[in-house]
Amino acid sequence: MSEAPDTARRVAFRGGGFAPTPRRFVGAAVFILLIVLAEIGTRTGVISPLTLPKPSDVLATFGDLYRSGLLWKHLGPSLSRLAVGATLGVSLGISVGILIGLFSYIRAGLVPLVAALFPIPKIALLPLFVIWFGIDEGSKYALIAFGTFTPTVVATYGAVDNVDRTLIRMGQSFGLSWVSIVRKIVLPGAMPGILSGLRISLAIAIILLVAAEMLGAEYGIGAYILEAGALYDLERLFAGVVILSVLGVLVSMAIGLIERRLLVWRV
Amino acid sequence: MDIRLSGISHSYGEVEVMRDITLDVPSGRIVCIVGPSGCGKSTLLRFIGGLERPDRGEVLQLGAPPTGCLNPLTYVFQDFALLPWRSVAGNIALVLEDHGLPRAQMDEIIQDVLARTKLSDFAQALPKQLSGGMKQRVAIARAMAVNPAVMLMDEPLSALDSQTRELLMDDLIGLWTRTPFTAVYVTHNLAEAVRLGHSIVVLSRRPGQIREVVHLDMPLAERGLGDPDLDRKQQYLWALMRDEARAADAELIHV
Repeated sequence: MSEAPDTARRVAFRGGGFAPTPRRFVGAAVFILLIVLAEIGTRTGVISPLTLPKPSDVLATFGDLYRSGLLWKHLGPSLSRLAVGATLGVSLGISVGILIGLFSYIRAGLVPLVAALFPIPKIALLPLFVIWFGIDEGSKYALIAFGTFTPTVVATYGAVDNVDRTLIRMGQSFGLSWVSIVRKIVLPGAMPGILSGLRISLAIAIILLVAAEMLGAEYGIGAYILEAGALYDLERLFAGVVILSVLGVLVSMAIGLIERRLLVWRV
Repeated sequence: MDIRLSGISHSYGEVEVMRDITLDVPSGRIVCIVGPSGCGKSTLLRFIGGLERPDRGEVLQLGAPPTGCLNPLTYVFQDFALLPWRSVAGNIALVLEDHGLPRAQMDEIIQDVLARTKLSDFAQALPKQLSGGMKQRVAIARAMAVNPAVMLMDEPLSALDSQTRELLMDDLIGLWTRTPFTAVYVTHNLAEAVRLGHSIVVLSRRPGQIREVVHLDMPLAERGLGDPDLDRKQQYLWALMRDEARAADAELIHV
């Protein structure tokens, strides 16, 4: 055993990969690379200014927007619409999702209804919402709320279904009350699923924000983008789109933070 | 408080899993239930604790549970069933919170059971930080916190490696020797049965029936690893079960 024979070959390593590990700054680098490429392309003329605006021009437009104070004038109403609409939709969605998860009759009654509502393009209902809730903020809140409601319901009842049944049996075996089992076992157990559903719901809320501001909104990021689009003002269009993207990234980061705080127990 | 099972029979649909089981669990004793896989051992335990209802027959509690007993029939599960989002102390608090005890008394109970299971230093740890053996000790501490009349233990050591199992068996014997408790202990492991059981109920394969009840008189504290008397008992039990186990192994599972 001491001397390796001539035929000895080292066993090749083949167990790597399939395990994502965090890589810092790579995400930022991709963004920067794409922007730099666009800048070089538009400056050299490879990309015509009609196809894509110069990133530096977009930045300048954004600077103007900020200096003129219009940025906050647009962002303020948008954020409040997003906050009110999403809060309504998400809280209602979580409540209904939990009820579906807990009660067979409610499940039998509402799951088909939710399945019927889910694929409706909420934008198509905008005229209806205007009639129901008025052309003012009401219809905008309703659109965002409705759009976030269905994915939240589906994520929530799925999460409740996935709560470990042995934990619920354990609670019953110790004589815990129904309320205690729901509050101390079902809800915390469903939290990971609810939070990952929230990521999707809030992204949808941002999408619908633009749709909501298509009608009768003087200020708002959506109104700003639509106005720029109508005028083919690509710099302003892109400045607006970038604001939405940043909003999306911030929301996702916020949920990530909440997850890290609430779900430290996850293995 | 004693437990009496009388004439328990049960079927899942077409499949008869248990036939006419009558059994007494006397106070202060550990009754082990062994049998080939699929004989309904765990189902029987769920009947005893009221987590499932048998088709026929009944489970009776004879006498009142001891004073200060918060949950007369208390389980220890094979997979521990700890809430991963609660600390060790929090998991024990969970089963006390619904009883309206004053905060100080709750803390006292938690301190006491943690000390008895040698977990005092880990009160604030989360389950994910604990080894399998520690998790099961937390589950045992949680069961003791409600001061049960009967502990219903469903393969409590089966998810653990053999060394940890040995350690936990010593712990259980120590706990029982200090304050004898009543337990129904379901296991497929005959070595555990002869170490922990005052009587060992051997079930046949499906439909589960009582084949024999073996009594062991040797005090728990004197039963060591590799004791010749115990080995003989274990071989005897294995002889009873071998053919059944083989037949059970070759059966198709009805789902």
